[in-house]
Amino acid sequence: MLPDEAAYRLDVDAILADPGVRTVVCCGSGGVGKTTTAAALALRAAEQHGRRTVVLTIDPARRLAQSLGLVELDNSPRQVKGINGDLHAMMLDMKRTFDEVVLAHTDPRRAEEIFANPFYQAMSSTFSGTQEYMAMEKLGQLRSRDEWSLIVVDTPPSRSALDFLDAPARLARFLDGRMLRLLLAPARAGGRSMVNLVTASFGMFSKVVQRVIGAQLLSDLSGFVAALDSMFGGFRERAEQTYRILQDRETAFLVVAAPETDAVREAAYFARRLGEERMPLAGLVLNKVIEIEAPLSAEESLAGAAALAERGGHAATVDVLRVHAALVQQVVRQAAVIAEFRTAHPGVPMTSVAAQPSDIHDLDGLRTIGAALALPA
Amino acid sequence: MANRRLVSLLSVQAGSKPGWPARLHVVTGKGGTGKTTVAAALALALASDGRRTLLTEVEGRQGIAQVFDTAPLPYQELRIASAPGGGEVRALAVDAEEALLEYLDLFYKLGRAGRALRRFGAIDFATTIAPGLRDVLLTGKVKEATTRTADGRRLYHAVVLDAPPTGRIARFLNVTAETARLAKMGPIKTQSEGVAAILRSPMTAVHVVTLLEEMPVQETADAVAELTALGIPIGKIIVNGTRPPVLAAGRISQAELRRGLAAAGLPTDRDTVAGLHGEAKAYLVRRRIEETLRGELAELGRPVVELPLLPEGVDRAGLATLAAALLAAG
Repeated sequence: MLPDEAAYRLDVDAILADPGVRTVVCCGSGGVGKTTTAAALALRAAEQHGRRTVVLTIDPARRLAQSLGLVELDNSPRQVKGINGDLHAMMLDMKRTFDEVVLAHTDPRRAEEIFANPFYQAMSSTFSGTQEYMAMEKLGQLRSRDEWSLIVVDTPPSRSALDFLDAPARLARFLDGRMLRLLLAPARAGGRSMVNLVTASFGMFSKVVQRVIGAQLLSDLSGFVAALDSMFGGFRERAEQTYRILQDRETAFLVVAAPETDAVREAAYFARRLGEERMPLAGLVLNKVIEIEAPLSAEESLAGAAALAERGGHAATVDVLRVHAALVQQVVRQAAVIAEFRTAHPGVPMTSVAAQPSDIHDLDGLRTIGAALALPA
Repeated sequence: MANRRLVSLLSVQAGSKPGWPARLHVVTGKGGTGKTTVAAALALALASDGRRTLLTEVEGRQGIAQVFDTAPLPYQELRIASAPGGGEVRALAVDAEEALLEYLDLFYKLGRAGRALRRFGAIDFATTIAPGLRDVLLTGKVKEATTRTADGRRLYHAVVLDAPPTGRIARFLNVTAETARLAKMGPIKTQSEGVAAILRSPMTAVHVVTLLEEMPVQETADAVAELTALGIPIGKIIVNGTRPPVLAAGRISQAELRRGLAAAGLPTDRDTVAGLHGEAKAYLVRRRIEETLRGELAELGRPVVELPLLPEGVDRAGLATLAAALLAAG
C-alpha cells in the first residue's frame, strides 16, 4: 500500500452504519462481481450494523439467489433465513413491475385495455431497455414505502452501465417528446393541436410513418400510447423523483470493478458521469485483486525454475515457482491498471477484495467478502 | 418473397474457412470474458489469405476501437487491420439512429428530410419507445452487411458481430421474430422476417465466449439452452484465458518444496516456503474447479475451442496469437 493510501481508503463500515445513508447503488460493468458485492454489503449492514436491509437485484442469471442460497426470488422482498439480522432479498420481475405501475396509475378497465395491447405485451416483457426503467421504478417504490433502513441496489447488466443512470431522464424525455404528442394529438383534440406543429417535413413524415410502420402497428401503437396517456403525469413524476433520489445525500454510489483495463475504463467513465450528474460517488470497490504470499520476484522465481529444470528432478517445485511467477506478473499488471485509475481520479476512496479461488455460494462466503470489503489488506 | 433470395445466399458457402462455415458469426459471452477481443481475433482469422471481413459492434461501447487502440469508430465501414496474406478487416460501429435514417433513405429517398426528422425528435422517438425497434435496426444492418454483394460477389467473406452479453443475447436475437409477430404487415414485418430467417439459417453461428469460472460457464449453458429453444444455431464454445495445467502430481509437501528451493539456490525461509505452498494449494483448488467446468462445457455438445491467457494483455501481437489459435481449432 502506498503511504497516502490510508487517507483514501473506502470506509465501508462507516457507510453501512450511517443512518443518513438509505440507498447504496452498486454499479460497474458486467463480470466484476457486482452482485456478490451488493449481497455482501447488504448482509453486513444487516448483521453488523443492525439495519433493516433489502437488496434488490435485477439480474436474470439469478446470481444473487445462488449466492444467498435461495432457490428463487420473486418481485417482493423475501426474508433471508439463517442470518443474525434482518435482511430481505428480491429479484426484479420486469413485467410484473410494469403491470404494477400501470395498475397504480389507472383504473382497472383501462389497465385491462393496456394489458391486452400487443405493444404493451412486447414492451413489458421482451424488449431490452425496459429493465432499466423498471429497476428505477422498483427502487422508487422501495424508497417511498419507508419500510427499509437501507436499500442496496445491484444495477442491471446493461449494454452500457450508463443506461441505469439515463433511464429516468430518457423516460421523461420520451414522455415529453413532440413525436408522442403528435401521435396523441388526434386522440386528444381531433387533430387540431397538430396545426401549430405542422411543417412541410411533418406532412411528409406522417406519410412515411404510415408506410414504414404500417397501419395496423400504428393503430396498436397509438392505442397503447392513448391508454398510457392518463398515466403520463404519474410516470414522469416518478421518474423525476427517482432521479432526485439518486442525487440526494442519502444515496451512496459504489463503483465496482476488477483490476482489468476494460473494467477500470468503465469505472472511470462512471466516476466522471456521476460527477457530471452531481450524484454522490462514495468510492471504488476493486474485486478479484490477485495477491501473492511469497516474497519472491517473478525473475528470481523463473530463474530458479529454469535452473532446477536443467538439473532435473524437483518437478513439482519447478511448477510451483512457475505458478508464483505468473501470479507476480498478474499483480504487476493489475497494479499498473490501478495506478492509472488513481492518476485519473485522485481522491476517490478505494477498497479491495482478493481474488477468491472459488465462487461465493453461501452466506459464510458473503460474510468473508463483507469483512474484506470493510478491512482492506 | 425474400425466401428465394435467401436460398441463393445459403448456397454460397464456398470460400468459408474450414471449421467456421457460417457467414455471420455472432460472438456473445458474459461481461468480462473478453468477447470483444475474441470477436476481433475471429475477424482477423477469417480475413487471412486475402479475404475481407467486417467486424461490427452494436452497443455504442466503442469496444472495437479500444481493442485496436484507434480513435472512436464512425458509422462507416473502415479498414481497421490487415490480415496475413493480404486480407483486411473492416470495422463498423452500428448506431441505431443512423441505421434508421439510412433505412428510411434507402426505401423512401428522404434526403435532407431525414435530418428534419431528427430535429423533430422522430428518430429519438423511434429508438426510445421501442427499444425492440432499436434491436431490429441493429440486427437489420448486420444482416444487410452480411448479404451485401458487389459486382455479383459477396462483399464480405464473413461478418463478425460483437453482440450483447449472454444475459441479453436471446432477447436481442429474437427481437426480430418478436417484432414480426407484432407488426402483422408492412415493411417492418418484411424486414424483421428477413432478419429472423437469416438468424435461424446455417448462415449464422452464435459463438459463446466463457472463462473457466462458475458464473460465465453457467451463463454459457443458459444461453445455449435459450438460443437452441429459439432455433438459432450455436457455433462454438470459446474458452478464453486458459493456462496450461501444471503440478500434474497434485499436492506437494512443504518439506519437498523446501528441498527444491534449496536445490534452486532460492531462499528457504518460512515466509517463502509457506507462501509458495499456500499459492500452490489455491492453484490446485482453482484447477480442480476448472476441470469440473471443462466437463460441464463438454456436455453442452458443441465444439470447444480454448484460447491461451495472454499475461501481457492483448495487443496486436496478442490478437494475432488468438487468431491463429482460432484458425487452428477450426
